Amino acid sequence: MKRILALARKEVLHILRDPRSLAVAIAMPLGMLLLFGYAIDMELRSLPVGVMDLDHSQTSRAIVRDMTAGGFIVDAGRIHSRDEVERGFRRKKFLAVLVFPEGMDRDLANGNSPTIQLMIDGSDAATAQTVENYLSAVIARKNIEILREDLGDIKPPLEARVRFLFNPELRSPDFVVPGLTAVIMIMICALLTSVAVAREKETGTMEQIMTTPIKPSHVLIGKVIPYMVIAVLDATLVLLIGRVVFHVQMAGSWWILAAYSLLYLFISLALGLLVSTLAKTQQVAMTVALVATMLPTLLLSGFLFPISGMPLVLQWFAHIIPATYYLEVIRGIMLTGRHWYPFELGIMIVMALFLMSVSMRKFRSRLD
Amino acid sequence: MNDNNGYAVRTDKLTRRFGSFTAVDAIDLAVKPGEIFGFLGANGAGKTTAIRMLCGLLAPTEGEAWVDGLPISSKAEEVKRHIGYMSQKFSLYNDLHVIENLEFYGGVYGLDKAEIRSRSTELLARVGLEDKGRTMTVDLSLGYKQRLALGCSVIHRPNILFLDEPTSGVDPIARRQFWDLIYELADQGTTVFVTTHYMDEAEYCSRVSIMVAGHIEAMGAPEELKTKHDVPDMQQLFITLVNR
Amino acid sequence: MIAEVETKRALTIRNLHKSFGEVQALRGVDIQTKPGEIFGIIGPDGAGKTTLMRILCGLMVPDVGDVDLLGFDPVTQTHEVRERIGYMPQRFSLYPDLSVVENLRFFADLYLVSKEDVAQNEPRLMDFSRLQSFRKRKAGALSGGMKQKLALICTLIHTPELLILDEPTFGVDPVSRQEFWTILRDLANDGLSIIVTTAYMDEAQLCDRLALMHHGKLITQGTPDEVTRAFGKRLLEVRSPDILRVRRGLDALHLPGINVHRFGARLHVVYENDEQEEAIRLTCHGYGAELEEIAPSVEDTFVALLQDQGEEAV
Repeated sequence: MKRILALARKEVLHILRDPRSLAVAIAMPLGMLLLFGYAIDMELRSLPVGVMDLDHSQTSRAIVRDMTAGGFIVDAGRIHSRDEVERGFRRKKFLAVLVFPEGMDRDLANGNSPTIQLMIDGSDAATAQTVENYLSAVIARKNIEILREDLGDIKPPLEARVRFLFNPELRSPDFVVPGLTAVIMIMICALLTSVAVAREKETGTMEQIMTTPIKPSHVLIGKVIPYMVIAVLDATLVLLIGRVVFHVQMAGSWWILAAYSLLYLFISLALGLLVSTLAKTQQVAMTVALVATMLPTLLLSGFLFPISGMPLVLQWFAHIIPATYYLEVIRGIMLTGRHWYPFELGIMIVMALFLMSVSMRKFRSRLD
Repeated sequence: MNDNNGYAVRTDKLTRRFGSFTAVDAIDLAVKPGEIFGFLGANGAGKTTAIRMLCGLLAPTEGEAWVDGLPISSKAEEVKRHIGYMSQKFSLYNDLHVIENLEFYGGVYGLDKAEIRSRSTELLARVGLEDKGRTMTVDLSLGYKQRLALGCSVIHRPNILFLDEPTSGVDPIARRQFWDLIYELADQGTTVFVTTHYMDEAEYCSRVSIMVAGHIEAMGAPEELKTKHDVPDMQQLFITLVNR
Repeated sequence: MIAEVETKRALTIRNLHKSFGEVQALRGVDIQTKPGEIFGIIGPDGAGKTTLMRILCGLMVPDVGDVDLLGFDPVTQTHEVRERIGYMPQRFSLYPDLSVVENLRFFADLYLVSKEDVAQNEPRLMDFSRLQSFRKRKAGALSGGMKQKLALICTLIHTPELLILDEPTFGVDPVSRQEFWTILRDLANDGLSIIVTTAYMDEAQLCDRLALMHHGKLITQGTPDEVTRAFGKRLLEVRSPDILRVRRGLDALHLPGINVHRFGARLHVVYENDEQEEAIRLTCHGYGAELEEIAPSVEDTFVALLQDQGEEAV
């Protein structure tokens, strides 16, 4: 125990002597939080749509008013010629253009069905789809309104009432912050510990330590403790800022979340140690740690893209990523308040034990 | 002061400061062509700084030096074409063939194609690697690497060759063979400027200087210095001067 | 009587072999050292010195052969061995961002040295290494010689019985090397057994006993005098102002069994019999060179033995 403490103390000195790395370890999660929280906002809003109104009627003005009412779409101004349409699309002045044909109001009054043209920039397929749905809905609602004017108070035969559960406003932070916590913990743990172990191999100090009577497992544990503290701090910071700045909701108990998180942390550390037993240089350790933790966690855990939408092979892959299970738990606790996840808990415990025993076995006090 | 004719390397109160620290403090050296000059000194005495200045890699704070007659403060780039440099780290590419390393350095020094080819073949034989031209450099023993590095550093026929601890760690036979090559170069008129921690190697030099804390404490032929300071060998001379 | 001999051994190595793939790093090494003895293993890079040192501290397992270190086997009793040795690897292996005293205390903690013992040992070690006034300096900011001394005292903090030093003076200037060897001698006089490797032939004279190592084998071992006696040839030193001409003259003799080496303004001529000596003297006198029969150095011996074995000089 004294030896473990000696190593941990030394590691703390290293961290304190290198304030720049410490700053990076703290700033990186915050940077990611801001990046995901603001820039890569998964909510769409303020999409510019241009209007070419050849009718100048009450109806056309009413549709534009309805369209911009929610803030989802903003009026990008009036367009007067076909040339302007093309130029505007190229310069990204607007994502879509509505064309109201000349005499639309008159045709309506005459009982004809005039055509409103809708042009959408398809280069961003997902956004284009959303804009199309939204604008179609606006026009459909207007249709019902017009029918009511003509036929009195009728009701549409079928009506769908949509309510988003757990995240009623579909707010992106509620989604991003738990995911980011998962990414940051595994990244900080695995990256920092593996680089710290590889550095001692690279500089030759590991050889010196190995010839002292300390047990190899104690070397690993001693080195890991300080980084564990940093990882806990980082995770706390992310959740705190998520709560204070982004008003993330918390349906469940913080303490139960902390308990699951600790288990996840343990898996992350074991993964970092496994990387470090295999990597001989800091550069290799860093590359492997990033490839093994950050990328799969970001891309395959269900953080950014739903697993069910992935190709089958990637789905299998997603199921061996620890973050997949942790994400299920942390999102569940924070958004639904459910506290008991026997399946995820079981898998995470198996993962932790497996990774820990493999890395301990691999890390021995011999060079060959 | 400008009488540099006839000297391969001459320095006049050459000084380099880093902040308030004076690494090289007004040293005066005069090395004749064809000499093997041993530039000795303790770790941190300022040897490396001095050599970097002479190779045109570092500008002097004060004073001047002439290398092959060229002032280093104003003609640093030209100086580089007149010198060869080999360090203990052997700047060889391990994943190239032996001959490719020679050819590469020929190219770096701007030799034309025909010259690169003839010079590489000639040097390969000179350093005793004629049957190893197509060997991967990484597979060479340390002694061979050292000789290859020497070959690379003289591909452009420099008048002055700087060797920075060239023989660290090689076996005694390889070391003697290496020195035979050095003698050959010197006998043909190349000036060799060498640093070493092997004091027995200091005895191989025609003249040596011993640097202590930025100053030149002694300069002369090994025999002459030993007699003057009444010591049996260079090791004792070195220790006496540094501890003084 | 036999028991007494047994206890007097610090280290016994028998028929040690170790290969890395195709490369045979050790090809049958036998060594026996006594307590309180400085035993030097001298050889160039690639001779197998580091592999041997690593096997002694249990960092590597030999393919063949066994090691008895203070009565323990480094392979099966790694822990016992490590508690009793101090090991200094070839590369500087302390933490450059920690201070002198922080490095020392870190190793004290790793060896579970008690507070009282640290309080007692630390000033003594700082004192004799003359690092006292640099206690707070970062290890990375020390000079080469001071780094080596710090590494040394870090291996001494737990008062080991045997020191294993792998090229401790590599790249260090002659003054620091001399100081380092003075410290080693003091330690040996206090009863510490020391195994030390070096590529510097001139350090051979400072060992009690030594072995010359080349290509994984010991060419010879014994006291420095015994080793130079293994030279088995005769040596003439030739001095002349025009040494180049003398050398060419000697080379032109084409006598088998004669080797000429140039050392600045001198030649060392190695030969075997009177007949050869006659020819050498005649040639040298012809050029007006001075001749003197000298005792061979360890390096002369090393070279002569290698050439005898027909070893390639690689």
